[in-house]
Amino acid sequence: MIPELGQLSLALAFCLCGFVAFFGLAGAALRRQRWLDALGTMVTGQFVFILLAYAALSQAFLSDDFSVAYVANNSNSLLPWYYKMSAVWGAHEGSFLLWTLIMAGWTLAVALRGEHLPAAFAGRVLGVMGLLNMGFLAFLLWTSNPFERLVPMTPGEGADLNPLLQDFGLIVHPPMLYMGYVGFSVAFAFAIAALLTGRLDTAWARWSRPWSNVAWAFLTLGIALGSWWAYYELGWGGWWFWDPVENASFMPWLAGTALVHSLAVTEKRGTFKSWTLLLAITTFSLSLLGAFIVRSGVLTSVHAFAVDPTRGLFILGFLVLTVGGSLALYAARATVIRSPARYTLWSRETALLVNNILLVISMALVLLGTLYPLAYEAFTGGDKISVGVPYFNAGFVPLMLALAVALGIAPVLQWKRTSAARLWRDLRWPLAISVAAGLVLPLLISGALAWQVVAALTFGVWVLVSHLWDLLFRARRGLGRVTLGYWGMLVAHLGFAVALFGISLTSVLSVEMDQRMSPGDRGTLGGMGVLFEGVGNRSGPNFVAQRGTFRVEDGDEVIFLYPEKRRYLARDSVMTEAAIDAGFFRDIYISLGEPLENGDWAVRLQLKPFVRWIWLGGLLMAFGGVLAVSDARYRRLRRSVPAGTTVADAA
Amino acid sequence: MNPKRRNRLLIVLFLVAGSGATLALVLVALNDNLNLFYPPDQVVGGEAPVNTPMRAGGMVLDGSVARADDGLGVTFVLTDYQGSEFTVAYSGILPDLFREGQGILVQGKLDADGLFQAREVLAKHDETYMPPELADIARGGGP
Repeated sequence: MIPELGQLSLALAFCLCGFVAFFGLAGAALRRQRWLDALGTMVTGQFVFILLAYAALSQAFLSDDFSVAYVANNSNSLLPWYYKMSAVWGAHEGSFLLWTLIMAGWTLAVALRGEHLPAAFAGRVLGVMGLLNMGFLAFLLWTSNPFERLVPMTPGEGADLNPLLQDFGLIVHPPMLYMGYVGFSVAFAFAIAALLTGRLDTAWARWSRPWSNVAWAFLTLGIALGSWWAYYELGWGGWWFWDPVENASFMPWLAGTALVHSLAVTEKRGTFKSWTLLLAITTFSLSLLGAFIVRSGVLTSVHAFAVDPTRGLFILGFLVLTVGGSLALYAARATVIRSPARYTLWSRETALLVNNILLVISMALVLLGTLYPLAYEAFTGGDKISVGVPYFNAGFVPLMLALAVALGIAPVLQWKRTSAARLWRDLRWPLAISVAAGLVLPLLISGALAWQVVAALTFGVWVLVSHLWDLLFRARRGLGRVTLGYWGMLVAHLGFAVALFGISLTSVLSVEMDQRMSPGDRGTLGGMGVLFEGVGNRSGPNFVAQRGTFRVEDGDEVIFLYPEKRRYLARDSVMTEAAIDAGFFRDIYISLGEPLENGDWAVRLQLKPFVRWIWLGGLLMAFGGVLAVSDARYRRLRRSVPAGTTVADAA
Repeated sequence: MNPKRRNRLLIVLFLVAGSGATLALVLVALNDNLNLFYPPDQVVGGEAPVNTPMRAGGMVLDGSVARADDGLGVTFVLTDYQGSEFTVAYSGILPDLFREGQGILVQGKLDADGLFQAREVLAKHDETYMPPELADIARGGGP
C-alpha cells in the first residue's frame, strides 16, 4: 500500500510542477499577480509530495519489503539499517528520486528566500525550475519507477546492495554531488529569466551569485568526497581515474568555477554579462550531460548503471530540448544585453578573463576526451576506442599550472587598471619566496629535484604567498575592514594551492609495489620495514573476510595494519578492503590481492605522501565558497531592494 | 596606435596564440592516446596491429587461468565462444571481479608471437553492468 502511495505522490508532484511552470511563466508574461502569489504554495506542495514519495521508498527499505523490485535488487534483510537508508540512492531509480527531491528543495529555497525579487522575475525563475522538475519527474515515472512491484513473484530475500556502496562514503557522496548538479539549475533559471525579460544588471548578478556559489561549494564537496571514497573503498589507492563518470561531475565543476568568477565581474563591474549567461546555461547543461552519461550506459565506466536504451533516449531528448531551447533563446536575446567594457590589460577584469578562458579550455579538453569515443563509434560505424589517461594529464596539468600563475597575480590587481609599479612592489617578494621555496622544499621533502615537483611547488607557494602578502597589507589597515567575501576568496584560493601540492606530490613521489608474500616475509616500503605476519578469518554482519596482519616499522614507531579480502554472501562477490594508516604528510596503504599457492598472497604496498592534501584543498575551496555567500552585502539586499532598481556597489 | 587599441590587440593576439597552441597540443595528445578496441576474432585474424597500444576483450575461458610459481605473473585465455581465442600475459594483481566466464577488458600490446601483453586488466564493476565493448560479444556476434 505504502509504495503505491509513494507513486501517487510522485504523480501529484508532477502535476504541481506543471502548475508551477504554467502559473510562473504565464503569470509573469500576462502580469497576473494572483497567479504569481499562488506559486509559493504550489512549490511547497511539490516538495512535500516528493518528500512523501521519498519517505515511502525509505520505509520499503527499512521494512524489507522485497515485493518492491528496487528494494529486492538493492537491499537485504541482513543489511544494517543505515545502509538500508542510504541504499535508497544506491542505484538508478532511487538516486534519481533523490535528484528530484533535491531539485524540489532548491525550488522551495528560491521561493522562500526570493521575497526580495520582483514578483514577475521570481515567477519566471520558479516557472523554469518547475518545467525542469516536470521533465525529471516524467523520466522517473515513465522510465524508472522505483515503486514497481514484483507481484506475485515476491522474493524471500533481497539481492543486497553492491558491497562497494556499503560504506560511509556512499552515504554522503551522492547527496552532496546532486546538491551541486541540481543547484546549478537555479543559476540556469536566473539566466533564462534574464533572457526572457532582457534585463540584466548588477542586481541580477547579486541575486544569482549566492545560489551559484552554494551549488558550486556542494559540487566541490561532492567531487572531493567521491575521490576520497574511491581512494579507500575501491581498494587500490587511486583517487582520480579520468573515468567518464568522474568527468561528468568535473565538467560542470570547471564551468561552474568559471561562472562563479564571471558573476563576480558582472556584479562588481557590470560587464561580462552575456558571457555569464552563457556560462550559467553551459554549467547546467553539463550537469544534464553528466546525468545522460551516467544513466544511459553509452560509455565504458566503472560507475555506470545497467544499460537501458529508453532511459538514454529520454535524457538525450530532454538534454536536446533544454540545451537547444536555452541556446536558441540566448541567440535571439543576448544582443539586447549590453556590457560597457572599460578595462585595461593589467586589471582584475583581465585576470578573471584569463581564469575563465583557462577553465573553459580545460572543460572543453575533458569534454573532447570524454565524448570522442562516442563520436568515433558513430562516424566509423562501430569501431570502438578509448582515450588514455595520458591525454587528460598532458592537457590538464599545464592548464592548471597556468591558472596558478594567473591566480598568484589576482589578489594584487585592482579593477579597471593597476600600475606596473604597484605590481612590482606587491609581487616581487612573493615571486622571490616562491622560486626559493620551489627549489628548497623538494629537497627537504624527497631529497631530489624532480621538475614536476619543482614546478608545482613553485606555483603553489606563489599562490599561497601572494595571497597571504595581500592579506598582510589589508590587515595593517585593520582586519575588521576585511569582508567575508574577501575571506571566502582567500580560503578558496589557498584550497587550490593546497590541492595543487597534494596532487603533484602524490603523483610524483608515491611508492607502489605489487609483491608476492608468504607469511613471515619482510619487505621494505620507502625506508620502512614491512612484515607480513599472516592471514586469519573473521566474519561481519553480511560478509566473511580473510584478514591479513602487517607490521610496519617506521623508525621507532610500529604500526599494525589489517587489510581484508571480503566475500559478501548475498551476491557472492569479493571485495578488497584496504588498510590505511592515514597521516597529514603521508598515508601507508596496504591491500590484499588474491591468495596464491602455498599460502602466499599477492599484496600491494603503497606509500602516498601528501595525499590527504588533495581533499583538504577541496574542503577549503568549498568552505571558501560558503564564506563568500555569508558576506554582509547579500544579507542586506534581502531587506533593501525594491523591484527594478539597481543596488549601488557596496563593496 | 593609441594605448587602448594596442592593449586590445595584445589581448586578442594572446588569445589567438594561446588557443591555437592549446588546440594543437590537445589534438597531438589525443592522437597519441587513442586505443582502438579489438574483439577476439580480430586479434586472432591478424587485423589487430602488433606492438601498438590497444584494448582487447572477451570472456575468460574456464580453466585457462595459470599463475606463475613465484612472482605475480599470470596468463589466461580470452574467448568469444565463437572459436576465436587468444592468450593474455599479465603481471600484477587481478581485479576482484576477475573470474572465469566473466567479460574482461585488457589494455596493452599484442606481441609478434600473438601473445597479448597486458598492462592493465579491467573487470566489470558490478555483475549487471556490461562494458559496451563487450555487449556485442556477449550477445553472440561480432561488432
